[in-house]
Amino acid sequence: MKLNLKIWRQKNAKDKGHFENYKVVANEHMSFLEMLDVLNEELISSQKEPVAFDHDCREGICGTCSLVINGQPHGPMNGTTTCQLHMRHFKEGETVVIEPFRAKAFPVLKDLVVDRSAFDRIIQAGGYVSVDTGQAPDGNTVPIGKEVAGKAFEAAACIGCGACVAACPNSSAMLFVSAKVSHLALLPQGQVESKKRAQSMVHQMDEEGFGMCSNITACEAECPKGISVENIARLNREYISASFSSTEK
Amino acid sequence: MELNGNVPTGPLAEKWTKYKSSMPLVSPDNKRRLDVIVVGTGLAGAAAAASMGELGYNVKCFTFHDSPRRAHSIAAQGGINAAKNYKNDGDSVYRLFYDTIKGGDYRAREGNVHRLAEVSVDIIDQCVAQGVPFAREYGGMLDNRSFGGTQVQRTFYARGQTGQQLLIGAYQSLSRQISLGKVTMYNRHEMLDVVLVEGKARGIITRNLVTGKLERHSAHAVVLATGGYGNVFYLSTNAMTCNVTAAWRAVRRGAYMANPCYTQIHPTCIPQYGDYQSKLTLMSESLRNDGRVWVPKKLEDAEAIRQGKRMGKDIPEADRDYYLERRYPAFGNLVPRDVASRAAKVECDKGHGIVPTGLGVYLDFADAIQRYGKTKAHSSNIENPSAQQIWDLGKAVVEEKYGNLFEMYEKITGEDPYTNPMKIYPAVHYTMGGLWVDYNLQTNIPGLFALGECNFSDHGANRLGASALMQGLADGYFVIPYTIGSFLANEIRTPKLDTASPAFEEAENAVRERLTGFISNGGKQSAESFHRRLGKIMWEYCGMGRSAEGLTKARRLIQDLKAEFYADLYVPGSMDEYNPELEKATRVADFLELGELMCLDALQREESCGGHFREEHQTEEGEALRDDVNMAYVSAWGWKDTSVEPELNKEPLIFENIKVAARSYK
Repeated sequence: MKLNLKIWRQKNAKDKGHFENYKVVANEHMSFLEMLDVLNEELISSQKEPVAFDHDCREGICGTCSLVINGQPHGPMNGTTTCQLHMRHFKEGETVVIEPFRAKAFPVLKDLVVDRSAFDRIIQAGGYVSVDTGQAPDGNTVPIGKEVAGKAFEAAACIGCGACVAACPNSSAMLFVSAKVSHLALLPQGQVESKKRAQSMVHQMDEEGFGMCSNITACEAECPKGISVENIARLNREYISASFSSTEK
Repeated sequence: MELNGNVPTGPLAEKWTKYKSSMPLVSPDNKRRLDVIVVGTGLAGAAAAASMGELGYNVKCFTFHDSPRRAHSIAAQGGINAAKNYKNDGDSVYRLFYDTIKGGDYRAREGNVHRLAEVSVDIIDQCVAQGVPFAREYGGMLDNRSFGGTQVQRTFYARGQTGQQLLIGAYQSLSRQISLGKVTMYNRHEMLDVVLVEGKARGIITRNLVTGKLERHSAHAVVLATGGYGNVFYLSTNAMTCNVTAAWRAVRRGAYMANPCYTQIHPTCIPQYGDYQSKLTLMSESLRNDGRVWVPKKLEDAEAIRQGKRMGKDIPEADRDYYLERRYPAFGNLVPRDVASRAAKVECDKGHGIVPTGLGVYLDFADAIQRYGKTKAHSSNIENPSAQQIWDLGKAVVEEKYGNLFEMYEKITGEDPYTNPMKIYPAVHYTMGGLWVDYNLQTNIPGLFALGECNFSDHGANRLGASALMQGLADGYFVIPYTIGSFLANEIRTPKLDTASPAFEEAENAVRERLTGFISNGGKQSAESFHRRLGKIMWEYCGMGRSAEGLTKARRLIQDLKAEFYADLYVPGSMDEYNPELEKATRVADFLELGELMCLDALQREESCGGHFREEHQTEEGEALRDDVNMAYVSAWGWKDTSVEPELNKEPLIFENIKVAARSYK
């Protein structure tokens, strides 16, 4: 299949950036990133600079790949990362627009590669249980209901890709933050610190320049792992109750 | 030279406890003055960096990823073993130890493996305390499932995403230490050399992958947790950026590479489908708990399926060959990976393969859906359920257990594995070989340690399923925090290391020269194209079947390819910018040297064991034939100077506690 690609090119963080047009011959069995590999091999063979994009596991779990494809983070398929998107979902002769995730807190480093280290700093602000190695009691000491464990797992399944931010008109990171707050707040091990955690993670989120949540829920629609906006409600609950009850800052 | 693994003396079960209690300690005050570099943030690296930070060391941690949470441990699906015996089915530390030694085809070091089995129980506790959402039973207790090569249920799991959940646990612990200032994290930094000062590892040279700047980092000790080298085959289940460079640069500074030929070919991966393909995708071994592996008995049926004229589901029961159940009745579909992979190859070589390339077999869940459906109907008090009801109920159970894997399969292949059996074929997955380490996980270079898949120590010639996560976390949480003390206790008087010293100067210049060489090479072919060609050679001659003739040929082919690489490589862009092609070039250059060494190692190992199958050494029934008289050793290769032949050192493997026997799963 022949495709027209309109790809965002940007030399580095300081460069203004622009779109460039390319043509590529792909086939329907290829993954989207394999199609870009083909383009890059062609660019290299004509001694041109290949398109930089982030990717790694190519099985939808590491969260490294990104891209806004035809206006949608991770492309048109629901519950699918870019690396798991296959060309059979595109049409012969189609023009495909490929951009980086856009958000103030995710500056572009080069072409389609963005800096998502803001997410790391949010986790560092409190997205953990304060337990040192060696302190743990036996794993079965505290029973955890199957359903609770399942819910915690579903929140913990977030891959930290940032599609929620890219999908949100406000570039809010609420879905990401709430997934972590929920994962830990649902489990007895994480409950001890849950209020303080909600406060410090939200504080860091604001510091990083992410926008406010206005309940548009585009984040949930575009999340490749189906993280639910219920988590945002839970985060709000934790945060508000923390404001009333917490004595620590 | 004969190497010594420095395993403590005394009864096996007491070695670790006694050793820990008698080990030299570093006082809290002194820990604050000691710097440790950790390279890699997978399970082993993140766990080590976090735990050593908690102890008080100043840790500098490096990853080439954009975040420590991206390391490839994240992709591990099935589970993590631990000798908890929660299932009351007769498991014990000894049994986990025994299964691991036997599974490794008696080519691992007893002392290390027993320690691994001992600390396995602590890992589960630690992870639960961190908030890892393991699967639970209705009563709230931790659930287990079976994995290959064992007859007990000791595998803990979090759906098909156990690696992700464990890594996030370790990442969170690491993040906590970063926020406390005990770990300094360097994302998007790749280690390109290790710096030796007076024979000890004292630092690394890194490249900032965003700016391209070379940096010097010093420390009192250097810990490598940089994963395995399966990507030498180009196509593997590894992530795209997994590479051997950190370990290989250590080899070029004098570290030994042990058992490089031991490669794990995983039996259940999605078959190859095209030349443009960039990687292969694993379907977790846990699927073999419920899936049955088969091929059509009749060659004409296989042919019809390959041509798309028939479907797997249309082949009647009597015409199917469940070859694992037939050949290995005691373990059936849950034989270890090496055995299952070879058996698939045998069937496909005979013409029974069911995908157009001929390289594929079925993994069928129809029976499991029926079985679960009937049980569920019974427990839901449905009398005389219809066939459709049974199927729907059964499907729901299978979906709950393996839903994400079935979804992944469907996304990639466009086929529904609930209605037509999955198509699978073996693919490179893990490397048992790695940097040679002693009981302290220290390489032959003092102060240089290697953890996780990066070292060779625990899995012998074949790793059992769900043991990689166990080893990574054991090394990181419960071994290195102690054993690094045996080295650092003697370094408390060593002041901070100066990065302006000649050793750092020399190392940085060497790296710069190498990178400049790639950039200004002026050839025509991309690094990727060389990598693909190397992978084909490795798979053909150093893959599931190996022979003296093939390996000799492969070595020559790789040498030729290496010469062509240096003559005709083209790297676009410059050194001082974000340049993924330059990263690839350095990695492929190292893979070329490693590939040659793997062939050489496979050539000298005149036996078949685990993942290493030499065509010349097999029984009449086609089973692997070990040579315990001449080959019971670890091969540890020194190859500092690649202009001369590598030097083979041996560490004899002594089994004091296990009777070495032919490995049978029949």
